Amino acid sequence: MQSRLIDDLQTKIGKAGVLYTPEDLAVYSYDGTFSETQPDIVVLPETTEQVSQIVKLAADARAPIVPRGMGSGLAAGSIPIPAGGIVLCLTRMNHILELDTINTTVRAEAGVITADLQAAVEKIGLFYPPDPSSIRHSTIGGNVACNAGGPRCLKYGVTGDYVLGLIVVLADGRILKTGGKPIKDVTGYDLNGLFTGSEGTLGIVTEVLLRLISKPRHFKTALAEFNSLNNASRTVNAILAAGIVPASLELMDQTAIRCIEEAMHLGLNTEIEASLIIETDGTDEQTVIREIDACVNICQESGAGSVKIAQNEAERNALWKARRSMAPSLARNAPNKLGEDITVPRSAIPEIVQRLRLISDRYKLPIVIFGHAGDGNLHPNILFDKRQPEQWVKVEQMVGEIFEASLSLGGTLSGEHGVGVLKRPYLERALGQLSVEVQRNIKHALDPLNILNPGKIFPD
Amino acid sequence: MNVLPIIEKPGETDYINCIRCGLCLAVCPTYREHLNEIAGPRGRVALARKSLEGELTLSPNLVEQMNACFACLACNEICPVGIRPAELTLSMRYVQEQIKPIGWKQTLFGGLVSNPDRMEAATLPLRLYERSGIRKLIYQLRLTRLLPSQVRDMEAMLPHLPQRPLRQVLPEKIDAFGQSRYRVGFFLGCAQNLLFAEESKATVRVLARNGCTVITPREVQCCGMPARGYGRLDLVRAQAKDNIATFEKADVDVVITDCATCGSTLKDYKALLQEEAEWAPRADAFSARIRDVSEFLTEIPLEEPKGELKARVTYHDPCHLRRGQQIWQQPRALLSMIDGLDFVELPEADWCCGSAGSQLITHYETSTKVMDRKLDNLVSTGAQVIASGCPGCQMQLLTGVQRRHLDIRVVHPVTLLSEAYEAEDAK
Repeated sequence: MQSRLIDDLQTKIGKAGVLYTPEDLAVYSYDGTFSETQPDIVVLPETTEQVSQIVKLAADARAPIVPRGMGSGLAAGSIPIPAGGIVLCLTRMNHILELDTINTTVRAEAGVITADLQAAVEKIGLFYPPDPSSIRHSTIGGNVACNAGGPRCLKYGVTGDYVLGLIVVLADGRILKTGGKPIKDVTGYDLNGLFTGSEGTLGIVTEVLLRLISKPRHFKTALAEFNSLNNASRTVNAILAAGIVPASLELMDQTAIRCIEEAMHLGLNTEIEASLIIETDGTDEQTVIREIDACVNICQESGAGSVKIAQNEAERNALWKARRSMAPSLARNAPNKLGEDITVPRSAIPEIVQRLRLISDRYKLPIVIFGHAGDGNLHPNILFDKRQPEQWVKVEQMVGEIFEASLSLGGTLSGEHGVGVLKRPYLERALGQLSVEVQRNIKHALDPLNILNPGKIFPD
Repeated sequence: MNVLPIIEKPGETDYINCIRCGLCLAVCPTYREHLNEIAGPRGRVALARKSLEGELTLSPNLVEQMNACFACLACNEICPVGIRPAELTLSMRYVQEQIKPIGWKQTLFGGLVSNPDRMEAATLPLRLYERSGIRKLIYQLRLTRLLPSQVRDMEAMLPHLPQRPLRQVLPEKIDAFGQSRYRVGFFLGCAQNLLFAEESKATVRVLARNGCTVITPREVQCCGMPARGYGRLDLVRAQAKDNIATFEKADVDVVITDCATCGSTLKDYKALLQEEAEWAPRADAFSARIRDVSEFLTEIPLEEPKGELKARVTYHDPCHLRRGQQIWQQPRALLSMIDGLDFVELPEADWCCGSAGSQLITHYETSTKVMDRKLDNLVSTGAQVIASGCPGCQMQLLTGVQRRHLDIRVVHPVTLLSEAYEAEDAK
């Protein structure tokens, strides 16, 4: 069956887009996690029409399809399932199709790298705010499929807040268009919202229409250092309670700071317990300055040892480069890391930080804490060595406890990475049985053959 | 399990910490052209790991993925956990050569490249092609149009060739103009000797003018980078030892090169020979003495050029300078000293040009795509001159400029400095 499927795929989309050597399959067996499973075939389509053809052939053959972009996901949502199947990689659909300066929208194929899209719209003074740390190595299609967040989402909202329309290939190969350029639209269900964050389980997003805003002209970025992690996390709420909405409000604990310093040699103080990166932005320079000054004052009143404002663009870039390299640089300390992205109501940040430390102490494995504290989204990363089985057992227990801690504080499993494979076992505990049932029904209605990214999100 | 025989191979620490974050994909020139995981650093690391751990065989396809890396070092630099994917692909090429050596590589890198006399003899037909006027005639009659595009591009790679290799005409010792302040060795690289002789003459003139007594040992061998690229690390080590011994005899304060690739390779001798007790200290001392010409000139009190050159100029960062040696400010500083030059920064100046040694020959399609990105950026600057301190980059840029029929001069930055001095003398 497989060789016939390969022949058919080659006939439809050409030989260059159908891969199946052991080497091809090996490099499409992973994403940004430690999980790994080999597909049977990899396809690299170049048009929506080709994606549609592929899905039709797959549906006929009952072959599972795993859509993916650059494979930077952190929930194993784009790795193949044990039954194999087709990996459908959208990176070659990488054209920006339309920049509408009057309606301030951009229409782009799913495989456009998010940073490239941002650069293109910023050239004409527009702005696409969502900024996942993987911005240079993830695609806009992947961002939509996972409803990606990022530091700036505190002020500007997440990917889904910018989706105006989508082209989606459905499970039977038909091509659905959702939404459009109007900013207000209540004609029927919100299908944009349905497909955004559906992790490729309901349809394959091949084209996106995004809302843009004016580019903020001024930025001020501060680095505040705290001798107490607790004080740092309290400061987050103090700033927001003062009525200031910074573009970003990022927390890093000591291990996080040490890892970054080791990787990037920025001269960060590695003796302190925590630091905050705070950025204000806007079109009026005086307001931006006033806001950062107010943040600096609040930090000092909350016990910050040192607060420094970046004096120029180079200093600001260095801070953000450091922040973006945060997660990967952890691997300097251990061969494996498991990064979660629990999100709690922001009032609970000091409490969750305490609980994470207790979990780490109890299991004697380091948990590095950093994340977008301003919106309650934290990335506790457990450092371990998967080759040591007893460590892996501990990690699984720790993950359970981390989720439990988040849920008990009114939080959630995932703020921006998605469920994928890794968080499936905890879904029902987080959502309740009825919610899972409703969602399964939606899945079944759109994908009755269960060929679109099966084995993801829902527990078996 | 496909267990590899006992050979020199990468250790677990060279790949185990790859967390597959994908940061390297953003900066990899081959990935950005193919948009296929297998053409990027993360894929190459995965393949290397799987073949070393016995999960995959060292198949021709797997080996080809290692050869397809342009070794531009961008992935090494960006990797947050300190893995060096580019290095790993070079090591994997050596693994392959140890298991299944390819005969012509021994002949080419062991027999020919490592022996300057034979290199010069072998390239005589190229010089005759230029000297006889056949090349000029072919251009005048536009006969290159008849060539297949790859051959035409390879022809265009050649600069105007010197009548004789520089080694045969450059005195072994050139005295400093005026008082001698430094006794420097000049490492005359193969490309400079055979192709860019005029540029290296300019380098030596600039050095002498700035108080250097320049010693150019005749028995210098290839730095070893070509052999390294083709997986013959053993030959690189042999060449390294010869070169170290040669310059020990020359008794110089520093060893200067005007080739980015030679410079980064010579500085790497230290790491290359660290396991050999007899050679490690000698390699340490040798590598510590190596200077790129732009690096050296910005370390010494340099005579300010007073002549004027009128042109809009931009600069392309060779991978082996920018990332190989962290040298990028120095060449720009030299250009900024010259009156009349209107310097514009090249967008993505440190993105690989696609030369990568011989990738234009071995991986023509990818190489030209990478070059096209460079040329688009070059055209956007409106520059009339592009400077770059690497013969490999210069050849690639020459090819690109000719392909697009652009009237842009490709030149070594130090040659421009020399011309500014000459303009001053002519006044």
